[in-house]
Amino acid sequence: MAVAAETTQATTPAAHSGLTDRAKAERKLAYILCAPAVAVMALVAGFPILYAFWLSLRREDLRFPDAGEFVGFANYSAVLTSSTWWGAFANTMIITVVSVILELVLGMLIAQAMYRAIFARTAIRASVLVPYGAVTVVAAFAWRLAFDPATGFATSLFNLDPPPLTTHWGSMFVIITAEVWKTTPFIALLLLGGLALIPDDLYKAAKMDGASAWQRFVKITLPLIKPALMVAVLFRTLDAFRIYDSLFIITRGANDTESVSLLGYEQLVNRLNLGLGSAVSILIFICVMIIAFIFFRFLGASPERR
Amino acid sequence: MDQYTRNQKILWAIGTVVVLFYALIPVVWILSLSLKTPETIGDQRFFPSEFTFDNYSSVFSEGLGFNRAIINSIGIALITTVLALALASMAAYAITRLDFPGKTLILAGALAVSMFPAISVVGGLFNVWRVVGLYDTWPGLILPYLSFSLPLSIYTLSAFFREIPWDLEKAAQMDGATGMQAFRRVILPLAMPGVFTAGILAFIAAWNDFLFANVLTSTDAARTAPVALSFFRGASQFTDPSGAIAAGAVVVTIPILIMVLIFQRRIVSGLTSGAVKG
Repeated sequence: MAVAAETTQATTPAAHSGLTDRAKAERKLAYILCAPAVAVMALVAGFPILYAFWLSLRREDLRFPDAGEFVGFANYSAVLTSSTWWGAFANTMIITVVSVILELVLGMLIAQAMYRAIFARTAIRASVLVPYGAVTVVAAFAWRLAFDPATGFATSLFNLDPPPLTTHWGSMFVIITAEVWKTTPFIALLLLGGLALIPDDLYKAAKMDGASAWQRFVKITLPLIKPALMVAVLFRTLDAFRIYDSLFIITRGANDTESVSLLGYEQLVNRLNLGLGSAVSILIFICVMIIAFIFFRFLGASPERR
Repeated sequence: MDQYTRNQKILWAIGTVVVLFYALIPVVWILSLSLKTPETIGDQRFFPSEFTFDNYSSVFSEGLGFNRAIINSIGIALITTVLALALASMAAYAITRLDFPGKTLILAGALAVSMFPAISVVGGLFNVWRVVGLYDTWPGLILPYLSFSLPLSIYTLSAFFREIPWDLEKAAQMDGATGMQAFRRVILPLAMPGVFTAGILAFIAAWNDFLFANVLTSTDAARTAPVALSFFRGASQFTDPSGAIAAGAVVVTIPILIMVLIFQRRIVSGLTSGAVKG
Protein backbone atom coordinates (compact mmCIF):
# COMPACT_ATOMS: atom_id res chain seq x y z
CA MET A 1 0.00 0.00 0.00
CA ALA A 2 2.83 2.34 0.89
CA VAL A 3 4.44 1.51 -2.44
CA ALA A 4 1.24 2.32 -4.25
CA ALA A 5 0.93 5.59 -2.44
CA GLU A 6 4.52 6.55 -3.26
CA THR A 7 4.00 5.75 -6.92
CA THR A 8 1.08 8.11 -6.81
CA GLN A 9 3.26 10.82 -5.37
CA ALA A 10 5.79 10.34 -8.12
CA THR A 11 3.31 10.42 -10.97
CA THR A 12 0.78 12.96 -9.77
CA PRO A 13 2.37 15.98 -11.49
CA ALA A 14 2.08 14.29 -14.90
CA ALA A 15 -1.40 15.48 -15.63
CA HIS A 16 -3.66 12.94 -17.29
CA SER A 17 -2.19 9.47 -16.84
CA GLY A 18 -1.18 10.43 -13.27
CA LEU A 19 -4.80 11.00 -12.36
CA THR A 20 -5.84 7.44 -13.13
CA ASP A 21 -2.85 6.09 -11.24
CA ARG A 22 -3.79 8.19 -8.28
CA ALA A 23 -7.40 7.11 -8.56
CA LYS A 24 -6.29 3.48 -8.60
CA ALA A 25 -4.13 3.93 -5.52
CA GLU A 26 -6.96 5.74 -3.79
CA ARG A 27 -9.32 2.90 -4.58
CA LYS A 28 -6.88 0.35 -3.26
CA LEU A 29 -6.33 2.27 -0.03
CA ALA A 30 -10.08 2.63 0.37
CA TYR A 31 -10.65 -1.10 0.03
CA ILE A 32 -7.85 -1.89 2.47
CA LEU A 33 -9.30 0.56 5.00
CA CYS A 34 -12.84 -0.75 4.63
CA ALA A 35 -12.04 -4.46 4.44
CA PRO A 36 -11.67 -5.20 8.18
CA ALA A 37 -14.93 -3.50 9.18
CA VAL A 38 -16.83 -5.11 6.31
CA ALA A 39 -15.36 -8.54 7.07
CA VAL A 40 -16.28 -8.32 10.75
CA MET A 41 -19.83 -7.17 9.98
CA ALA A 42 -20.23 -10.00 7.48
CA LEU A 43 -18.92 -12.49 10.03
CA VAL A 44 -20.92 -11.42 13.08
CA ALA A 45 -24.12 -10.19 11.43
CA GLY A 46 -24.38 -11.46 7.86
CA PHE A 47 -23.31 -15.02 8.43
CA PRO A 48 -25.50 -15.67 11.53
CA ILE A 49 -28.59 -14.51 9.63
CA LEU A 50 -27.87 -16.85 6.71
CA TYR A 51 -27.11 -19.64 9.14
CA ALA A 52 -30.34 -18.97 11.03
CA PHE A 53 -32.22 -19.17 7.72
CA TRP A 54 -30.63 -22.55 7.01
CA LEU A 55 -31.48 -23.76 10.53
CA SER A 56 -35.06 -22.57 10.10
CA LEU A 57 -35.48 -24.97 7.18
CA ARG A 58 -34.48 -27.95 9.30
CA ARG A 59 -35.80 -29.93 12.22
CA GLU A 60 -33.04 -29.05 14.64
CA ASP A 61 -33.61 -29.75 18.31
CA LEU A 62 -30.68 -29.83 20.72
CA ARG A 63 -32.49 -32.32 22.93
CA PHE A 64 -32.50 -34.73 20.00
CA PRO A 65 -29.24 -33.86 18.26
CA ASP A 66 -29.29 -36.82 15.87
CA ALA A 67 -32.82 -36.24 14.62
CA GLY A 68 -31.93 -33.22 12.45
CA GLU A 69 -33.35 -33.24 8.93
CA PHE A 70 -34.39 -30.87 6.17
CA VAL A 71 -38.07 -30.00 6.49
CA GLY A 72 -38.46 -27.07 4.08
CA PHE A 73 -40.87 -24.43 5.31
CA ALA A 74 -42.57 -26.69 7.87
CA ASN A 75 -41.19 -24.62 10.78
CA TYR A 76 -42.60 -21.46 9.24
CA SER A 77 -46.05 -22.94 8.80
CA ALA A 78 -45.87 -24.24 12.39
CA VAL A 79 -45.04 -20.76 13.65
CA LEU A 80 -47.48 -18.90 11.43
CA THR A 81 -50.39 -21.15 12.39
CA SER A 82 -49.73 -20.96 16.14
CA SER A 83 -51.70 -18.58 18.32
CA THR A 84 -48.55 -18.01 20.43
CA TRP A 85 -46.80 -16.26 17.53
CA TRP A 86 -49.79 -14.10 16.67
CA GLY A 87 -50.33 -13.23 20.34
CA ALA A 88 -46.69 -12.19 20.65
CA PHE A 89 -46.93 -10.34 17.35
CA ALA A 90 -50.00 -8.41 18.52
CA ASN A 91 -48.30 -7.51 21.81
CA THR A 92 -45.19 -6.36 19.97
CA MET A 93 -47.21 -4.21 17.57
CA ILE A 94 -49.21 -2.67 20.42
CA ILE A 95 -46.07 -1.89 22.40
CA THR A 96 -44.34 -0.47 19.31
CA VAL A 97 -47.18 1.74 18.09
CA VAL A 98 -48.27 3.04 21.50
CA SER A 99 -44.77 3.71 22.79
CA VAL A 100 -43.54 5.40 19.60
CA ILE A 101 -46.59 7.70 19.54
CA LEU A 102 -46.17 8.57 23.22
CA GLU A 103 -42.45 9.10 22.72
CA LEU A 104 -43.10 11.47 19.82
CA VAL A 105 -45.61 13.57 21.73
CA LEU A 106 -43.57 13.63 24.95
CA GLY A 107 -40.32 14.04 23.03
CA MET A 108 -41.72 17.05 21.20
CA LEU A 109 -42.91 18.61 24.48
CA ILE A 110 -39.55 17.98 26.16
CA ALA A 111 -37.66 19.32 23.15
CA GLN A 112 -39.77 22.49 23.29
CA ALA A 113 -39.21 22.79 27.03
CA MET A 114 -35.44 22.37 26.51
CA TYR A 115 -35.45 24.85 23.65
CA ARG A 116 -37.37 27.46 25.63
CA ALA A 117 -35.91 26.70 29.04
CA ILE A 118 -35.37 30.00 30.84
CA PHE A 119 -33.39 28.71 33.77
CA ALA A 120 -31.44 25.53 34.45
CA ARG A 121 -30.69 24.84 30.80
CA THR A 122 -27.71 22.65 31.60
CA ALA A 123 -29.55 20.88 34.39
CA ILE A 124 -32.48 20.07 32.17
CA ARG A 125 -30.30 18.70 29.39
CA ALA A 126 -28.24 16.69 31.86
CA SER A 127 -31.34 15.24 33.52
CA VAL A 128 -32.84 14.28 30.17
CA LEU A 129 -29.71 12.27 29.50
CA VAL A 130 -30.24 10.27 32.69
CA PRO A 131 -32.84 7.89 31.20
CA TYR A 132 -30.67 7.52 28.10
CA GLY A 133 -27.69 6.55 30.25
CA ALA A 134 -29.64 4.19 32.50
CA VAL A 135 -29.12 0.57 31.47
CA THR A 136 -32.34 -0.88 30.02
CA VAL A 137 -32.34 -3.69 32.57
CA VAL A 138 -32.01 -1.16 35.41
CA ALA A 139 -34.81 1.01 34.02
CA ALA A 140 -37.00 -2.08 33.75
CA PHE A 141 -36.22 -3.05 37.36
CA ALA A 142 -36.98 0.49 38.56
CA TRP A 143 -40.43 0.37 37.00
CA ARG A 144 -41.12 -3.24 37.97
CA LEU A 145 -40.17 -2.60 41.60
CA ALA A 146 -42.19 0.63 41.60
CA PHE A 147 -45.32 -1.33 40.65
CA ASP A 148 -44.41 -4.46 42.62
CA PRO A 149 -47.33 -5.44 44.87
CA ALA A 150 -44.97 -5.98 47.85
CA THR A 151 -42.32 -3.28 47.62
CA GLY A 152 -43.61 -0.75 45.12
CA PHE A 153 -44.63 2.79 46.04
CA ALA A 154 -46.80 3.33 42.96
CA THR A 155 -49.39 0.63 43.65
CA SER A 156 -50.44 2.05 47.01
CA LEU A 157 -49.82 5.70 46.07
CA PHE A 158 -52.24 5.60 43.15
CA ASN A 159 -54.44 3.02 44.85
CA LEU A 160 -54.17 0.57 41.97
CA ASP A 161 -56.36 -2.45 42.46
CA PRO A 162 -55.69 -5.08 41.18
CA PRO A 163 -51.91 -4.38 41.11
CA PRO A 164 -50.97 -3.69 37.47
CA LEU A 165 -48.38 -6.44 37.22
CA THR A 166 -51.03 -9.08 37.90
CA THR A 167 -53.11 -8.24 34.83
CA HIS A 168 -52.44 -8.25 31.09
CA TRP A 169 -53.17 -4.59 30.38
CA GLY A 170 -51.59 -3.49 33.65
CA SER A 171 -48.39 -5.30 32.69
CA MET A 172 -48.50 -3.83 29.19
CA PHE A 173 -48.88 -0.41 30.80
CA VAL A 174 -45.78 -0.89 32.94
CA ILE A 175 -43.78 -2.25 29.98
CA ILE A 176 -44.75 0.67 27.76
CA THR A 177 -44.07 3.16 30.56
CA ALA A 178 -40.56 1.76 31.06
CA GLU A 179 -39.91 1.82 27.31
CA VAL A 180 -41.21 5.38 26.90
CA TRP A 181 -39.30 6.69 29.91
CA LYS A 182 -36.02 5.22 28.73
CA THR A 183 -36.13 6.31 25.10
CA THR A 184 -38.08 9.59 24.93
CA PRO A 185 -34.87 11.57 25.65
CA PHE A 186 -33.32 10.17 22.47
CA ILE A 187 -36.24 11.48 20.43
CA ALA A 188 -36.26 14.77 22.35
CA LEU A 189 -32.57 15.34 21.62
CA LEU A 190 -32.96 14.58 17.92
CA LEU A 191 -35.95 16.93 17.73
CA LEU A 192 -34.07 19.59 19.66
CA GLY A 193 -31.31 19.34 17.06
CA GLY A 194 -33.95 19.88 14.38
CA LEU A 195 -35.54 22.81 16.27
CA ALA A 196 -32.20 24.55 16.63
CA LEU A 197 -31.84 24.66 12.84
CA ILE A 198 -35.07 26.61 12.32
CA PRO A 199 -34.36 30.33 11.91
CA ASP A 200 -36.06 32.41 14.59
CA ASP A 201 -37.05 35.01 11.97
CA LEU A 202 -39.57 32.59 10.52
CA TYR A 203 -41.46 32.50 13.82
CA LYS A 204 -41.25 36.28 14.23
CA ALA A 205 -42.57 36.86 10.72
CA ALA A 206 -45.42 34.38 11.23
CA LYS A 207 -46.27 35.97 14.55
CA MET A 208 -46.40 39.37 12.96
CA ASP A 209 -48.77 37.99 10.35
CA GLY A 210 -51.01 36.86 13.18
CA ALA A 211 -50.29 33.12 13.22
CA SER A 212 -51.26 31.43 16.48
CA ALA A 213 -48.79 29.28 18.43
CA TRP A 214 -50.48 26.15 17.10
CA GLN A 215 -50.38 27.41 13.51
CA ARG A 216 -46.70 28.26 13.88
CA PHE A 217 -46.07 24.75 15.17
CA VAL A 218 -47.99 23.01 12.38
CA LYS A 219 -46.92 25.27 9.49
CA ILE A 220 -43.31 25.97 10.42
CA THR A 221 -41.94 23.61 13.05
CA LEU A 222 -43.35 20.32 11.80
CA PRO A 223 -42.39 20.61 8.10
CA LEU A 224 -38.91 21.83 8.94
CA ILE A 225 -38.07 19.12 11.46
CA LYS A 226 -39.64 16.36 9.39
CA PRO A 227 -36.25 14.93 8.27
CA ALA A 228 -34.97 14.71 11.86
CA LEU A 229 -38.36 13.42 12.95
CA MET A 230 -38.59 10.61 10.40
CA VAL A 231 -35.12 9.25 11.17
CA ALA A 232 -35.88 9.32 14.88
CA VAL A 233 -39.20 7.55 14.37
CA LEU A 234 -37.66 4.91 12.10
CA PHE A 235 -34.96 3.98 14.58
CA ARG A 236 -37.30 4.02 17.55
CA THR A 237 -39.88 1.90 15.71
CA LEU A 238 -37.27 -0.72 14.85
CA ASP A 239 -35.95 -0.64 18.42
CA ALA A 240 -39.38 -0.96 19.97
CA PHE A 241 -40.28 -3.83 17.64
CA ARG A 242 -37.22 -5.73 18.88
CA ILE A 243 -38.21 -5.21 22.55
CA TYR A 244 -36.70 -7.88 24.76
CA ASP A 245 -34.65 -6.60 27.73
CA SER A 246 -37.34 -4.75 29.64
CA LEU A 247 -39.98 -7.39 28.90
CA PHE A 248 -37.68 -10.11 30.18
CA ILE A 249 -37.19 -8.21 33.45
CA ILE A 250 -40.72 -6.88 33.99
CA THR A 251 -42.93 -9.89 33.21
CA ARG A 252 -40.83 -12.43 31.35
CA GLY A 253 -43.91 -13.01 29.24
CA ALA A 254 -46.31 -13.54 32.16
CA ASN A 255 -49.94 -12.38 31.75
CA ASP A 256 -49.67 -12.97 27.98
CA THR A 257 -47.20 -10.16 27.44
CA GLU A 258 -44.68 -12.11 25.36
CA SER A 259 -43.04 -10.20 22.49
CA VAL A 260 -41.74 -11.81 19.30
CA SER A 261 -38.12 -11.46 20.44
CA LEU A 262 -38.94 -13.08 23.78
CA LEU A 263 -40.75 -15.88 21.95
CA GLY A 264 -37.67 -16.45 19.78
CA TYR A 265 -35.50 -16.53 22.90
CA GLU A 266 -37.76 -19.04 24.66
CA GLN A 267 -37.67 -21.37 21.64
CA LEU A 268 -33.92 -21.08 21.09
CA VAL A 269 -32.56 -21.09 24.60
CA ASN A 270 -35.14 -22.65 26.90
CA ARG A 271 -36.70 -25.23 24.58
CA LEU A 272 -33.42 -25.61 22.62
CA ASN A 273 -35.53 -25.92 19.48
CA LEU A 274 -33.17 -24.25 17.00
CA GLY A 275 -35.34 -24.97 13.97
CA LEU A 276 -38.52 -23.35 15.30
CA GLY A 277 -36.58 -20.62 17.11
CA SER A 278 -34.68 -19.73 13.93
CA ALA A 279 -37.94 -19.60 11.98
CA VAL A 280 -39.21 -17.09 14.56
CA SER A 281 -35.98 -15.03 14.31
CA ILE A 282 -36.10 -14.97 10.52
CA LEU A 283 -39.74 -13.84 10.63
CA ILE A 284 -38.72 -11.03 13.02
CA PHE A 285 -35.92 -10.13 10.62
CA ILE A 286 -38.39 -9.96 7.72
CA CYS A 287 -40.78 -7.79 9.76
CA VAL A 288 -37.97 -5.36 10.59
CA MET A 289 -36.92 -5.13 6.95
CA ILE A 290 -40.53 -4.49 5.90
CA ILE A 291 -40.84 -1.70 8.49
CA ALA A 292 -37.57 -0.14 7.29
CA PHE A 293 -38.67 -0.42 3.65
CA ILE A 294 -41.99 1.30 4.39
CA PHE A 295 -40.18 4.15 6.11
CA PHE A 296 -37.66 4.64 3.31
CA ARG A 297 -40.07 4.20 0.44
CA PHE A 298 -43.23 5.89 1.63
CA LEU A 299 -42.45 8.07 4.61
CA GLY A 300 -39.36 9.79 3.30
CA ALA A 301 -36.86 8.76 5.97
CA SER A 302 -33.43 9.01 4.38
CA PRO A 303 -30.55 8.26 6.71
CA GLU A 304 -28.30 7.82 3.64
CA ARG A 305 -27.86 11.54 3.83
CA ARG A 306 -26.43 11.24 7.29
CA MET B 1 -35.55 35.33 25.41
CA ASP B 2 -36.88 38.73 26.51
CA GLN B 3 -39.92 38.51 24.30
CA TYR B 4 -41.67 36.06 26.64
CA THR B 5 -44.60 37.34 28.61
CA ARG B 6 -44.88 36.67 32.34
CA ASN B 7 -47.32 33.80 31.76
CA GLN B 8 -45.11 32.19 29.16
CA LYS B 9 -42.18 32.38 31.55
CA ILE B 10 -44.19 30.65 34.26
CA LEU B 11 -45.35 28.03 31.76
CA TRP B 12 -41.84 27.15 30.58
CA ALA B 13 -40.55 27.17 34.15
CA ILE B 14 -43.22 24.63 35.09
CA GLY B 15 -42.24 22.68 31.99
CA THR B 16 -38.65 22.58 33.16
CA VAL B 17 -39.64 21.28 36.58
CA VAL B 18 -41.90 18.62 35.06
CA VAL B 19 -39.11 17.42 32.79
CA LEU B 20 -36.70 17.23 35.72
CA PHE B 21 -39.21 15.14 37.67
CA TYR B 22 -39.92 12.92 34.69
CA ALA B 23 -36.25 12.15 34.16
CA LEU B 24 -35.18 11.70 37.75
CA ILE B 25 -38.02 9.99 39.66
CA PRO B 26 -37.29 6.37 38.64
CA VAL B 27 -33.59 6.84 39.38
CA VAL B 28 -34.26 8.43 42.78
CA TRP B 29 -36.73 5.64 43.48
CA ILE B 30 -34.26 2.84 42.79
CA LEU B 31 -31.65 4.70 44.86
CA SER B 32 -33.97 5.08 47.83
CA LEU B 33 -35.09 1.45 47.54
CA SER B 34 -31.45 0.38 47.68
CA LEU B 35 -31.03 2.25 50.98
CA LYS B 36 -34.01 0.65 52.73
CA THR B 37 -33.57 -1.89 55.51
CA PRO B 38 -35.03 -5.41 55.10
CA GLU B 39 -37.71 -4.52 57.67
CA THR B 40 -38.88 -1.42 55.83
CA ILE B 41 -38.43 -2.55 52.23
CA GLY B 42 -42.06 -3.59 52.06
CA ASP B 43 -43.41 -0.31 53.47
CA GLN B 44 -44.35 0.98 49.99
CA ARG B 45 -43.00 4.45 50.75
CA PHE B 46 -41.04 6.41 48.19
CA PHE B 47 -38.29 7.52 50.58
CA PRO B 48 -36.65 5.17 53.11
CA SER B 49 -37.56 5.73 56.76
CA GLU B 50 -34.37 4.02 57.95
CA PHE B 51 -31.13 4.16 55.98
CA THR B 52 -28.68 1.29 55.53
CA PHE B 53 -25.84 0.40 53.20
CA ASP B 54 -26.26 -3.32 53.90
CA ASN B 55 -27.72 -3.93 50.45
CA TYR B 56 -24.51 -2.68 48.88
CA SER B 57 -22.24 -4.79 51.03
CA SER B 58 -24.37 -7.86 50.32
CA VAL B 59 -24.23 -7.21 46.58
CA PHE B 60 -20.45 -7.12 46.66
CA SER B 61 -19.86 -9.98 49.07
CA GLU B 62 -22.49 -12.68 49.06
CA GLY B 63 -21.12 -14.82 46.27
CA LEU B 64 -23.61 -13.35 43.82
CA GLY B 65 -20.80 -13.18 41.28
CA PHE B 66 -21.48 -9.48 40.93
CA ASN B 67 -17.86 -8.34 41.37
CA ARG B 68 -16.75 -10.63 38.60
CA ALA B 69 -19.70 -9.54 36.43
CA ILE B 70 -18.70 -5.89 36.79
CA ILE B 71 -15.15 -6.74 35.70
CA ASN B 72 -16.53 -8.71 32.73
CA SER B 73 -18.78 -5.80 31.77
CA ILE B 74 -15.98 -3.23 31.92
CA GLY B 75 -13.48 -5.41 30.05
CA ILE B 76 -15.86 -6.53 27.33
CA ALA B 77 -17.30 -3.05 26.76
CA LEU B 78 -13.82 -1.46 26.65
CA ILE B 79 -12.35 -3.99 24.22
CA THR B 80 -15.46 -3.74 22.04
CA THR B 81 -15.13 0.04 21.98
CA VAL B 82 -11.44 0.03 21.06
CA LEU B 83 -11.90 -2.56 18.29
CA ALA B 84 -14.98 -0.83 16.89
CA LEU B 85 -13.21 2.53 16.86
CA ALA B 86 -10.11 1.16 15.16
CA LEU B 87 -12.03 -0.59 12.38
CA ALA B 88 -14.71 2.07 12.02
CA SER B 89 -12.35 5.05 11.80
CA MET B 90 -10.46 3.40 8.95
CA ALA B 91 -13.70 2.70 7.12
CA ALA B 92 -15.17 6.13 7.87
CA TYR B 93 -12.01 7.80 6.62
CA ALA B 94 -12.23 5.92 3.33
CA ILE B 95 -15.95 6.70 3.03
CA THR B 96 -15.64 10.44 3.63
CA ARG B 97 -12.33 11.06 1.91
CA LEU B 98 -11.61 8.57 -0.83
CA ASP B 99 -13.35 8.02 -4.10
CA PHE B 100 -14.18 4.39 -4.77
CA PRO B 101 -17.07 2.37 -6.12
CA GLY B 102 -19.05 0.52 -3.47
CA LYS B 103 -19.04 3.38 -0.98
CA THR B 104 -22.82 3.58 -0.93
CA LEU B 105 -22.99 -0.19 -0.69
CA ILE B 106 -20.84 -0.20 2.46
CA LEU B 107 -22.91 2.56 4.06
CA ALA B 108 -26.15 0.84 3.13
CA GLY B 109 -24.76 -2.46 4.44
CA ALA B 110 -23.75 -0.87 7.74
CA LEU B 111 -27.19 0.71 8.02
CA ALA B 112 -28.84 -2.63 7.31
CA VAL B 113 -26.66 -4.38 9.91
CA SER B 114 -27.60 -1.76 12.49
CA MET B 115 -31.23 -2.69 11.88
CA PHE B 116 -30.69 -6.44 12.25
CA PRO B 117 -32.67 -7.68 15.25
CA ALA B 118 -30.29 -9.08 17.86
CA ILE B 119 -32.55 -12.10 18.32
CA SER B 120 -32.08 -13.06 14.65
CA VAL B 121 -28.30 -12.95 15.01
CA VAL B 122 -27.97 -14.60 18.39
CA GLY B 123 -29.53 -17.99 17.55
CA GLY B 124 -26.95 -18.90 14.94
CA LEU B 125 -24.13 -17.66 17.16
CA PHE B 126 -25.48 -19.70 20.08
CA ASN B 127 -25.09 -22.85 18.00
CA VAL B 128 -21.72 -22.01 16.39
CA TRP B 129 -20.11 -20.59 19.54
CA ARG B 130 -20.62 -23.85 21.45
CA VAL B 131 -18.84 -25.78 18.70
CA VAL B 132 -15.90 -23.40 18.24
CA GLY B 133 -15.40 -22.78 21.96
CA LEU B 134 -16.46 -19.13 22.05
CA TYR B 135 -19.56 -19.81 24.17
CA ASP B 136 -19.30 -18.16 27.59
CA THR B 137 -16.04 -16.31 26.79
CA TRP B 138 -15.13 -12.62 26.43
CA PRO B 139 -14.43 -12.83 22.67
CA GLY B 140 -17.74 -14.66 22.33
CA LEU B 141 -19.48 -11.46 23.44
CA ILE B 142 -17.08 -8.91 21.95
CA LEU B 143 -17.59 -10.23 18.41
CA PRO B 144 -21.40 -9.96 18.42
CA TYR B 145 -21.15 -6.55 20.12
CA LEU B 146 -19.18 -5.38 17.07
CA SER B 147 -22.28 -6.08 14.99
CA PHE B 148 -24.00 -3.07 16.54
CA SER B 149 -21.03 -0.93 17.61
CA LEU B 150 -19.38 -0.97 14.17
CA PRO B 151 -22.33 0.47 12.19
CA LEU B 152 -22.95 2.99 14.98
CA SER B 153 -19.31 4.07 14.97
CA ILE B 154 -19.04 4.17 11.16
CA TYR B 155 -22.03 6.52 10.94
CA THR B 156 -21.02 8.72 13.85
CA LEU B 157 -17.42 8.98 12.66
CA SER B 158 -18.40 9.66 9.04
CA ALA B 159 -20.57 12.54 10.23
CA PHE B 160 -17.68 13.99 12.25
CA PHE B 161 -15.04 13.37 9.60
CA ARG B 162 -17.04 15.42 7.10
CA GLU B 163 -16.51 18.47 9.31
CA ILE B 164 -12.72 18.21 9.41
CA PRO B 165 -10.73 20.78 7.39
CA TRP B 166 -9.32 18.30 4.91
CA ASP B 167 -7.18 20.86 3.09
CA LEU B 168 -4.62 20.22 5.81
CA GLU B 169 -4.34 16.68 4.51
CA LYS B 170 -3.64 17.89 1.00
CA ALA B 171 -1.03 20.26 2.40
CA ALA B 172 0.66 17.36 4.18
CA GLN B 173 0.58 15.28 1.02
CA MET B 174 1.99 18.21 -0.92
CA ASP B 175 4.84 18.24 1.57
CA GLY B 176 5.55 14.62 0.71
CA ALA B 177 3.50 12.63 3.22
CA THR B 178 1.90 9.44 1.91
CA GLY B 179 -1.82 8.95 2.15
CA MET B 180 -1.31 6.80 5.24
CA GLN B 181 0.98 9.33 6.91
CA ALA B 182 -1.43 12.15 6.22
CA PHE B 183 -4.12 10.06 7.86
CA ARG B 184 -2.08 9.20 10.92
CA ARG B 185 -0.18 12.42 11.61
CA VAL B 186 -2.56 15.13 10.49
CA ILE B 187 -6.09 13.88 10.40
CA LEU B 188 -6.21 11.55 13.38
CA PRO B 189 -5.41 14.28 15.94
CA LEU B 190 -8.09 16.48 14.38
CA ALA B 191 -10.52 13.59 14.40
CA MET B 192 -9.97 12.67 18.04
CA PRO B 193 -13.01 14.54 19.44
CA GLY B 194 -15.29 12.69 17.03
CA VAL B 195 -13.56 9.40 17.76
CA PHE B 196 -14.01 10.03 21.47
CA THR B 197 -17.72 10.71 21.03
CA ALA B 198 -18.21 7.60 18.92
CA GLY B 199 -16.34 5.67 21.60
CA ILE B 200 -18.66 6.84 24.37
CA LEU B 201 -21.72 5.86 22.34
CA ALA B 202 -20.24 2.44 21.50
CA PHE B 203 -19.27 1.85 25.14
CA ILE B 204 -22.76 2.74 26.40
CA ALA B 205 -24.34 0.45 23.79
CA ALA B 206 -22.10 -2.46 24.78
CA TRP B 207 -22.59 -1.84 28.52
CA ASN B 208 -26.35 -1.76 27.96
CA ASP B 209 -26.64 -5.07 26.08
CA PHE B 210 -28.72 -7.78 27.68
CA LEU B 211 -29.85 -10.18 24.94
CA PHE B 212 -26.45 -11.34 23.66
CA ALA B 213 -25.02 -11.61 27.17
CA ASN B 214 -28.07 -13.49 28.40
CA VAL B 215 -27.92 -16.09 25.60
CA LEU B 216 -24.17 -16.46 25.06
CA THR B 217 -22.97 -16.80 28.67
CA SER B 218 -23.67 -19.36 31.36
CA THR B 219 -21.16 -18.76 34.17
CA ASP B 220 -19.17 -16.01 35.88
CA ALA B 221 -16.52 -16.43 33.16
CA ALA B 222 -18.21 -13.91 30.88
CA ARG B 223 -21.58 -13.03 32.45
CA THR B 224 -22.02 -9.26 32.38
CA ALA B 225 -23.50 -7.07 35.11
CA PRO B 226 -27.02 -6.63 33.65
CA VAL B 227 -27.38 -10.41 33.33
CA ALA B 228 -25.97 -11.03 36.80
CA LEU B 229 -28.51 -8.52 38.08
CA SER B 230 -31.37 -10.43 36.46
CA PHE B 231 -30.19 -13.57 38.27
CA PHE B 232 -30.32 -12.02 41.75
CA ARG B 233 -32.37 -14.09 44.17
CA GLY B 234 -32.89 -13.63 47.89
CA ALA B 235 -30.54 -15.38 50.32
CA SER B 236 -33.38 -17.80 50.99
CA GLN B 237 -36.73 -18.17 49.34
CA PHE B 238 -38.22 -16.00 52.05
CA THR B 239 -35.85 -13.09 51.52
CA ASP B 240 -36.94 -10.36 49.18
CA PRO B 241 -34.08 -9.67 46.72
CA SER B 242 -35.47 -6.21 45.86
CA GLY B 243 -32.94 -4.40 48.06
CA ALA B 244 -29.99 -6.24 46.53
CA ILE B 245 -31.37 -5.76 43.01
CA ALA B 246 -31.81 -2.04 43.65
CA ALA B 247 -28.27 -1.73 45.02
CA GLY B 248 -26.84 -3.67 42.06
CA ALA B 249 -28.87 -1.52 39.69
CA VAL B 250 -27.43 1.64 41.24
CA VAL B 251 -23.89 0.24 40.96
CA VAL B 252 -24.40 -0.60 37.26
CA THR B 253 -25.91 2.80 36.53
CA ILE B 254 -23.64 5.20 38.40
CA PRO B 255 -20.50 4.89 36.20
CA ILE B 256 -22.52 5.41 33.02
CA LEU B 257 -24.44 8.33 34.51
CA ILE B 258 -21.22 10.04 35.57
CA MET B 259 -19.81 9.52 32.09
CA VAL B 260 -23.01 10.79 30.45
CA LEU B 261 -23.09 13.89 32.62
CA ILE B 262 -19.41 14.74 32.14
CA PHE B 263 -19.52 14.26 28.38
CA GLN B 264 -23.09 15.43 27.80
CA ARG B 265 -22.15 17.91 25.09
CA ARG B 266 -20.28 15.28 23.12
CA ILE B 267 -23.05 12.71 23.54
CA VAL B 268 -25.73 15.10 22.37
CA SER B 269 -23.66 16.09 19.35
CA GLY B 270 -22.95 12.42 18.63
CA LEU B 271 -26.59 11.38 18.88
CA THR B 272 -27.79 14.21 16.70
CA SER B 273 -24.88 14.38 14.24
CA GLY B 274 -26.28 11.71 11.98
CA ALA B 275 -29.89 12.73 11.80
CA VAL B 276 -29.82 16.48 11.59
CA LYS B 277 -27.08 17.48 9.21
CA GLY B 278 -28.75 16.83 5.90
